[in-house]
Amino acid sequence: METQRPGQSDVTNGTPTPFVVNLPFTEASYGRRGQQRQSDHYDDCLGMEHITFLVAVVIITALAFDFTNGFHDTANAMATSIATGALKPKVAVAIAAVLNFAGAFLSVKVATTISGGIVNEKSGLQPSIIFAALVGAILWNLLTWLKGLPSSSSHALYGGLIGATVVGVGLHGVNFSTVVSKILIPAVASPIVAGLASWGATKLAYLITRGAPKKSTEKGFKRGQMFSSSLISLAHGTNDAQKTMGIITLTLVSAGALHKGAQPPTWVIVSAGLAIALGTYMGGWRIIRSMGSGLADIRPPQGFSSETAAATVILTSSHMGYGLSTTQVCSGGIMGAGLGGPSGKLRWGMVRRMVYTWGLTLPAAAAVSGAAAFVADQGDWGVALVGLALVLGAGSMWLLSRRQPVHADNVNETTQVEVPVTAAPAAPTTTIAA
Amino acid sequence: MQIKWAALAETAGVSLAVTLGVVVVFALGNLALSRREAAVASGATGKGVPALVAAGVCFAACAAVVGYGISLIASK
Repeated sequence: METQRPGQSDVTNGTPTPFVVNLPFTEASYGRRGQQRQSDHYDDCLGMEHITFLVAVVIITALAFDFTNGFHDTANAMATSIATGALKPKVAVAIAAVLNFAGAFLSVKVATTISGGIVNEKSGLQPSIIFAALVGAILWNLLTWLKGLPSSSSHALYGGLIGATVVGVGLHGVNFSTVVSKILIPAVASPIVAGLASWGATKLAYLITRGAPKKSTEKGFKRGQMFSSSLISLAHGTNDAQKTMGIITLTLVSAGALHKGAQPPTWVIVSAGLAIALGTYMGGWRIIRSMGSGLADIRPPQGFSSETAAATVILTSSHMGYGLSTTQVCSGGIMGAGLGGPSGKLRWGMVRRMVYTWGLTLPAAAAVSGAAAFVADQGDWGVALVGLALVLGAGSMWLLSRRQPVHADNVNETTQVEVPVTAAPAAPTTTIAA
Repeated sequence: MQIKWAALAETAGVSLAVTLGVVVVFALGNLALSRREAAVASGATGKGVPALVAAGVCFAACAAVVGYGISLIASK
């Protein structure tokens, strides 16, 4: 038992030693690291003496990521409901927030692993690596939000983990075959499946209700949308809040505040749920606009079909263990519904931008996180520097967003979000390099 | 590298079938409901009842699928 506590001693003095993770975990290596804390008697309680500077920073950053995850992904569940008028914008984000919070309590099973096997967690995920991964993921999330593009928060996190692990541990720390089979293939397949299902469902919905008065059937589909988008919110809360719980829990384990294999403590579940719910309530209006009215003109039967398709694909595949992206599935569903609708039109310019963003998410987050991992590895000052870069990057993107704000009152207007594209990406990279 | 194509195909097939099934049943319920509204509006007594029952059955079936979905999330 004790031999399986990787990385435990590496953070006690606040100066992480990243390459320790490569040691074989034998009794000998355990002994060699010496001076272990005798914390095993306090297995389940959170020993505050174990919370080093780095661990505290990781926990705060994880909650910040959870928050960006929330407002980045509000659009997934609610964009089409807002676009068709099934739910008023403020009501929609309130429902989504409540259900995301509720979803966080439904299950903690996934929370015992961060990455689903894409990085080798057995070799001990260093808090500095997790921190760097989170920084990359947050900055990518904010940049795509600024540009109003729905990109996958999960992929940003995975990309961040891969980049930080490659820099901090080495190439062998990443299971590339798992990356392909559990992330890349579902990433390509799931939007197509959702799009196909949604296209077919839209066609059938229009076919079945063609004889009935449009006014009365649209009212029915709007009611249905309330349920279908709620189900997406609930599934999202369960999946994504658990990722943050997993990050905090594993960080606490690596710091020796929890024993290995421990369930997330209640305060972790509550704070992760709160962070994602607050983020959701903020409403990523820029992305809601892109998804709700940027891709296609969505009527209630299309909205209901795409939401049903998305909810089904998400539930089926998470049941089968695929870590797919809620965002991509929902966007795929909307595209299918747009094509299957009466006009059959899709705004291909927006489709193209989204698909490019999806392709960029993993490598971009990996690059930023790799750089962050390199700096954070230098010690406390490195961590502080990366933290500063994160705050500056996030702040500058928020300021840029103020130039052309999107909010609940103008979310359904179809003018594009145009923010100077060149200024934004420069902000995080230069501050990180500095 | 081992990719379980069968599992992927199964996931895709099940998703497709469930989506189409739910939307068709919901659309039928919707149709039945609008027939009922039309019947009520035309003032014919009792004519809307079968339509109302049909709509109820359809929506109940959809609710059952949603319930199953939530149970999947919770038991995971």
